[in-house]
Amino acid sequence: MGRFIYLDHNATTTTDERVVGAMKPYFSKSYGNPSSIYKFAQEAREAVEIARAKVARILNAKTEEIVFTSGGTEADNFAIKGIAYANKERGNNIITSRIEHHAVLNTCKWLERQGFNVTYIGVDRYGIVDLDEIKSAITDKTVLITVMHANNEIGTIEPIEEIGKILQEINKQRITNNKPRIYFHTDAVQTVGKIPIDVNKLDVDLLSLSGHKFYGPKGVGALFVRKGTKIAPLLHGGHHERNKRAGTENVPGIVGLGITCEIAMEEQEEEGKRLKALRDGLEKAVVGKIDNVIINGHPEKRLAGTLNICLKYVEGESMLLNLDFEGIAASSGSACTSGSLEPSHVLLALGIPPEVAHGSLRFSLGRDNTEEDINRVMEVLPPIVEKLRAMSPFGKGREGGLRWDTQKR
Amino acid sequence: MGYSEKVMEHFVHPRNVGRIENADGVGRAGNPICGDIMAIYIKVNDDVITDIKFETFGCGAAIATSSMVTELVKGKTIEEALKITNRTVADALDGLPPIKMHCSLLAEDGVKAAIADYKKKQELKTKGKL
Repeated sequence: MGRFIYLDHNATTTTDERVVGAMKPYFSKSYGNPSSIYKFAQEAREAVEIARAKVARILNAKTEEIVFTSGGTEADNFAIKGIAYANKERGNNIITSRIEHHAVLNTCKWLERQGFNVTYIGVDRYGIVDLDEIKSAITDKTVLITVMHANNEIGTIEPIEEIGKILQEINKQRITNNKPRIYFHTDAVQTVGKIPIDVNKLDVDLLSLSGHKFYGPKGVGALFVRKGTKIAPLLHGGHHERNKRAGTENVPGIVGLGITCEIAMEEQEEEGKRLKALRDGLEKAVVGKIDNVIINGHPEKRLAGTLNICLKYVEGESMLLNLDFEGIAASSGSACTSGSLEPSHVLLALGIPPEVAHGSLRFSLGRDNTEEDINRVMEVLPPIVEKLRAMSPFGKGREGGLRWDTQKR
Repeated sequence: MGYSEKVMEHFVHPRNVGRIENADGVGRAGNPICGDIMAIYIKVNDDVITDIKFETFGCGAAIATSSMVTELVKGKTIEEALKITNRTVADALDGLPPIKMHCSLLAEDGVKAAIADYKKKQELKTKGKL
């Protein structure tokens, strides 16, 4: 076995050493509670506010529009439940897409059980949301639209700016007719720190981000809440975060997130180009060396480091286990890896048949990956697929072998 | 995933992989939509399963249970083979994670389906003779 090759950066990343270094003093040296009044605690308070300014900068937001959370999941929960409850006398409809992360989807499903109404919008074969479907789904009762910036499984980047424009027009009319505006949230957990983001250009009211997806620490994230947005807190308690999120601030984490954003602003463009070249190389090699492969996600509008493929006639988990033996960490959308009996809801929403979706593999590249890693993957993956296909009762042109389409549904 | 060493061993070195041409019985279990499907082929001589092979599309547990069930069944009489349950297979593998128990059911079903197919073919043969 060669060196360990980590190709699961959409799941999590290593914390940058520079970030760890910046966090260190806030564990046992400047450990004051930012809410305390004495000078000693001011160090922590100042550090939190400096970090807030750094997070605001990467989004082109105002400092006071950043609310720190425990991560992406909390930010999504806060945005959706917070808008739903604060605006429930105005309407009870929420519009979202079928390919959202579970932090959004399961929050929406829970709200449905509380009496809210949720409309789920479909996507095309590349995973792009249907703008016309969004337009026609909007009703007088709609209070929130939430669509992710980029999908974590297939990497497709959604037309957030276009949705923002559509909403701006609708909101203009609503305001003239004395009707409340519709809020717009995007889960940008997969894009912050990877591509440039401007909340004003995207025209979003709320945006979720998470530190550990772009070389920051785990357990910290943020929600951008545009000034004037009517939102209820998720956590009640003290007067932290301008009454939007109670609980003593995770000072080391927040400091770490700030530095993470600063580093990303500096390095994301260059790194994006490098990753795209590596990813494209891997994609080309996979298609060239293995037959019966489907590339998932949009050909161009896709995260630079993400490659999601379906390999027909083989199942995802058995491929992951074999890759793991070779020291390669990747992920899959098969039922066996999701802990449920259904394969990935994202792949199904693309129109991929369930039996093919079970054979998906996701490689998400990052900072430490080199061309050597890609070559190593291409050395081990074809024989793994060949071995499993030989074991599979399915197969192209195999006399007497089972065929997908003759299976009972 | 929390697999036992035995599961991993059978997953890496599965026994009796392949198909038997002119098998006396062929059984299928599972459904590709759920992500697991298994084909079992048996050769029967004097009521004893003399050879058995499998083909499986599925996760690590599905492949390991397929391999294990072929080992358990090989050399057994039809009657003995029918007594093998999914629990027997799972126990022989030193257990399976709870979410993977359905894979062992697949192994039991596959063998039972192959035996049922064998019996059906035998019946047809006897009828043909009469």
